[in-house]
Amino acid sequence: MQITAEKKESTTSVATESSKREIFLPPDRERVREGGTPHVSAKNFSIFYGNFEAVKKVNADILSKYVTAIIGPSGCGKSTFLRGINRMNDLIPSCYTTGTLMCDGEDIYGRYTDEVQLRKKIGMVFQKPNPFPKSIFDNIAYGPRLHGVKDKKTLEELVEKSLRKAALWDEVKDRLERNALGLSGGQQQRLCVARTLAVDPDILLLDEPTSALDPKATAKIEDLIEELRGSYTILIVTHNMQQASRVSDYTMFYYEGDLIEYAPTKQLFTNPKDQVTEDYITGRFS
Amino acid sequence: MNNSSTKNGSRNAGRTIDIVNKGLKRRYRKEKRFRLYGILSIAASAAFLAFLLTSIVMNGYSAFLQTCIRLDVPIEAGMIDESNPKRSDFQGIIKSAIREYYPDVTERREKRELYSLFSSGAAYQLRNNVLDNPPEAGATLSLWVLADDDVDMLMKGHMKRDVPESERRLNDRQLRWIEKLENDDRIEKRFNTTFFTSGDSREPELAGIWGAVRGSFYTMLVTLALSFPIGIAAAVYLEEFAPKNLATDFIEVNINNLAAVPSIVFGLLGLAVFLNFFGMPRSTPLVGGIVLMLMTLPTIIIASRAALKAVPPSIREAALGVGSSKLQVVSSHVLPLALPGMLTGTIIGMAQALGETAPLLMIGMVAFIVDIPGGFTDPAAVMPVQIYLWADSPERAFVEKTSAAIMVLLGFLIAMNALAVVMRKKFERRW
Repeated sequence: MQITAEKKESTTSVATESSKREIFLPPDRERVREGGTPHVSAKNFSIFYGNFEAVKKVNADILSKYVTAIIGPSGCGKSTFLRGINRMNDLIPSCYTTGTLMCDGEDIYGRYTDEVQLRKKIGMVFQKPNPFPKSIFDNIAYGPRLHGVKDKKTLEELVEKSLRKAALWDEVKDRLERNALGLSGGQQQRLCVARTLAVDPDILLLDEPTSALDPKATAKIEDLIEELRGSYTILIVTHNMQQASRVSDYTMFYYEGDLIEYAPTKQLFTNPKDQVTEDYITGRFS
Repeated sequence: MNNSSTKNGSRNAGRTIDIVNKGLKRRYRKEKRFRLYGILSIAASAAFLAFLLTSIVMNGYSAFLQTCIRLDVPIEAGMIDESNPKRSDFQGIIKSAIREYYPDVTERREKRELYSLFSSGAAYQLRNNVLDNPPEAGATLSLWVLADDDVDMLMKGHMKRDVPESERRLNDRQLRWIEKLENDDRIEKRFNTTFFTSGDSREPELAGIWGAVRGSFYTMLVTLALSFPIGIAAAVYLEEFAPKNLATDFIEVNINNLAAVPSIVFGLLGLAVFLNFFGMPRSTPLVGGIVLMLMTLPTIIIASRAALKAVPPSIREAALGVGSSKLQVVSSHVLPLALPGMLTGTIIGMAQALGETAPLLMIGMVAFIVDIPGGFTDPAAVMPVQIYLWADSPERAFVEKTSAAIMVLLGFLIAMNALAVVMRKKFERRW
């Protein structure tokens, strides 16, 4: 009873309480100070669902080989922006974009851009683990086979390499022929990462990769991101601000389709420039 | 504050639980009632099915047996035409053999009555026997020849012996001749191979279902070969590739409407387009199959689209995410996962087509066809049409043939469905 009473009190007087609330302190990453080269650059980039502008005129450079976290309340357009990068939104008939989104100097939405090639370059891992209902081996080998790797030996090496990178090899090396759906949720998600890595992408898009996982599996995925840091450009959408602060170098904060703030993670969490950002990271709304 | 809130809470909780308790009994009663209704309806349908099956089996099982008469046929020199045995007078040989067995029958009318106890197929039995292994002159062949359908009915108990002569199709004299056969152990019911090996006939004892089975088989083959690929291609295109606009909406509405069109309309279409305009041969499995294909297509398309819709989008996203093209997504992920559902739709459509009579009326498949079809362009009957024709025939012996034909049709259906279920099991993946 007392707890509920206190809660009631706190909701009525948020403003005065804010200073007491904990702010997660992200690690200060040395390399952030060195800056970086842009890998994906958005210029006045908007995404529409019919008449609804889900992402509004975003201008941002996503830096090569850095981990960038995208945070924001539900429905703020962060997933839409992420899916816009590898044109996953093309599946939605009413969806279109304006402005430009460049990747390696090539317009992602350009007329001559091949989306299949683009998606090979920009791999994606989804919110819910979605392995194919096939064997573990076939799950990983599917991408390389698509892109023309036929030799069995090469495929085997590739599968092992990808599974090792995704820190899954030791757990599954004896049962590569088993159905991937028999793995646990966390293993399935790492399998999905391995599947994406197997086609050797430059950019990894992770759309809330741990939201369906328990803390232990989440920690493994975070370790994995730590491991991949520096080899891939990684974008991760997350609802979990501690996670964003733990794993990312830079953080983008979206609110109602606008990119409110984009800064090195430490700076964004300790010294946000915008009032909305501060309200969000201090938990005043979500 | 603490106190008051506790009181408040408990009072609130008490009230809620009272309300719940009050309604609880009623809710359970409702559930029980609902379950009872369910069980009742299942029991009712099971009872009707059992009733149907027993009535068919009770009526039809006797058709699998056929009364035969053992006849000693003496072959004398000159009876068989040496140069061309096929041209010999086998009817005459049979008749003389019958006369030999009943030496006291001399009058013309009596003789005719006597001959009518034997099937006209007896001569063909003798002919086949003679052609297969030519007998030497002077030998006596002992043959089990078919009895006439009236004799068959008498032996199976469908015709009473103790009613007045005017009320049965066999007169007292004929009954006495049959009794003589019975006393000599020359008449018995044997397995009816004719029923499973020959085509239709006006004589019940010579009529068989095999021609209709073959006809149905060829027709279904045409239907399956056309409707499965066309239906699946249409469903995949509409579901996966087609833009969602007015034109595709229009097509969708029309496909749904076509599924509800009376089947005889498809028959009319077949008559007008395939027979009259394209001049295809009438009464053939080819045209029948095409007409049934038109009828089956909407069912297959609708079921296949539902199966495609049921494939989770996450699989498509996953495949697209590693760089598959749209076709690769469909062929290597979506299609295998949707195939069991598509096969289910196909089974339903094919089962419907197998039992269809009305559209086939229009393209001449109700003709009386004796020959067993050897291909897609031979005139043929199909099983439901054969059942319809036999049900329409006046002879008592066709009653049991009709039921037996229904059993064969059901057997065909079960075999077809079993094959499809096996295929579905093979393609099904653990999800």
